[in-house]
Amino acid sequence: MIYLDNAATTKTAPEVVEAMLPYFSEQFGNPSAIYSLGSAAKKAVNRAKRTIAAAIGAKQEEIYFTAGGTEADNWALKAAAEAYANRGKHIITTKIEHHAVLHTCEYLEQRGYEITYLDVDSEGLVDPEALRAAIRPDTILISVMFANNEIGTIEPIGEIGAIAKEHGILFHTDAVQVFGQIPIDADGLHIDMLSASGHKMNGPKGIGFLYIRSGLKLRSFIHGGAQERNRRAGTENVPGIVGLEAAAARALGMMEAKSAKETELRDYLIERIEKEIPYCRLNGHRTKRLPGNVNFSFLYVEGESILIMLDMKGICASSGSACTSGALDPSHVLLALGLKHEEAHGSLRLTLSEENTKEELDYVVEALKETVGKLRAMSPLYEDFIRKGTERDN
Amino acid sequence: MYSEKVMDHFQNPRNVGEIEDASGVGTVGNAKCGDIMRMYLDIDENGVIREARFKTFGCGAAVATSSMATELVKGKTVQEALQVTNRAVMEALDGLPPVKVHCSLLAEEAIHAALWDYAEKNHIVIEGLEKPKADIHEGEEEEEY
Repeated sequence: MIYLDNAATTKTAPEVVEAMLPYFSEQFGNPSAIYSLGSAAKKAVNRAKRTIAAAIGAKQEEIYFTAGGTEADNWALKAAAEAYANRGKHIITTKIEHHAVLHTCEYLEQRGYEITYLDVDSEGLVDPEALRAAIRPDTILISVMFANNEIGTIEPIGEIGAIAKEHGILFHTDAVQVFGQIPIDADGLHIDMLSASGHKMNGPKGIGFLYIRSGLKLRSFIHGGAQERNRRAGTENVPGIVGLEAAAARALGMMEAKSAKETELRDYLIERIEKEIPYCRLNGHRTKRLPGNVNFSFLYVEGESILIMLDMKGICASSGSACTSGALDPSHVLLALGLKHEEAHGSLRLTLSEENTKEELDYVVEALKETVGKLRAMSPLYEDFIRKGTERDN
Repeated sequence: MYSEKVMDHFQNPRNVGEIEDASGVGTVGNAKCGDIMRMYLDIDENGVIREARFKTFGCGAAVATSSMATELVKGKTVQEALQVTNRAVMEALDGLPPVKVHCSLLAEEAIHAALWDYAEKNHIVIEGLEKPKADIHEGEEEEEY
């Protein structure tokens, strides 16, 4: 099997599993308990906070564990909206956010908030000047993702953060695809809140965190006990937290090498596909791009069909086609780039890890050539395209 | 997600291709929804479908339902082909996931569209056949732009 869906989830690293195991068995204590079994667990939680805080240049008390990136996004947006409602009810975000942000924004819209969804250019980049122009006296929050999960485009987060700071507006970023992949300096980038997840960087599923800059008065999202400084109730997911820490430490240690390896593989794959498969389009920015992300639209064919055929050849990938989402419309991200519906339906995302090899990618390119060729041979859109071309030539 | 029969018809689609000077050609669906089916019918002077071929842009279910639809109408009279419903296509494929039922409807529409084209070309009326609504060549412009 060749796994090329690392933006969906990653394999939990063996050393991460190893680190977690004792916290299921001998170290099972509740961190809130007084006895030493409990305080051992508490220690592990606090150590994890320090490790993670250090990874983004934050302080231990600024890290709050959540059940994942989605909860962190929900919390950040809803709590900020509530906390600053007396100052205004306007929020700025983008058209290419993850549904965890977009659907939370829709929820807030139904409750009287006004949301501006910024456009992106054809490569997925937000224009900082468009952001500046969208700011109003009642703007209370800006939420722009660090990098997009589908097309891999890395946004100008530093510029956006600077504009937010200049206007005294809270800035949240969804860094689920970024934490552990590329360096993040929360202070330097003027980030007030940041969401991240464990399972996108070889950590366990069901654990993530929200960074909240100290001084921000955000209320609790989950009510109950006094865990997480009264802000996120519920007995801590200690094994998950320890796993998140181990994954973060691992990712930081290998970041440079991993990034270099993935970038090389990525560019090799992009080059071969562009050279060898006609009528395709690279989606996303060519260089301001996550190291492991490759996303193409193959004209005249449909994504789910590509995925099934690749699966039969042992390749795991994903698509922005409507058929893969259970919805009628294809990916909102690809449509925001200005792609036509049929181009968005024909998209394929391949997200690499440092464990992939060139040999694997060679096999993938051959499989893809065959698949796209086979599907085009039965596509009425391709038939029309070829016919038009012949008519023109004559 | 798919039955073995659906997978078989997706991997080894029957009757893929075009028919030159077909008796009837029908195209249904639109690129917006991600499914387009084109069906070609070769119908003899007795109104029997000698050959059926298809081309489809779409998901696995769209390809499989097109393939099965061509199999089901082959050898049938025009009137019999009209009775090939989306349900019949689905049953022949051992069912479809609920979100893919519309693919079978599209297959039924494709048969109707090809028969409609045949009727128009020959200036005949096929009893029980209504003008297919999902023909992309009808509302394409206004729908897309």
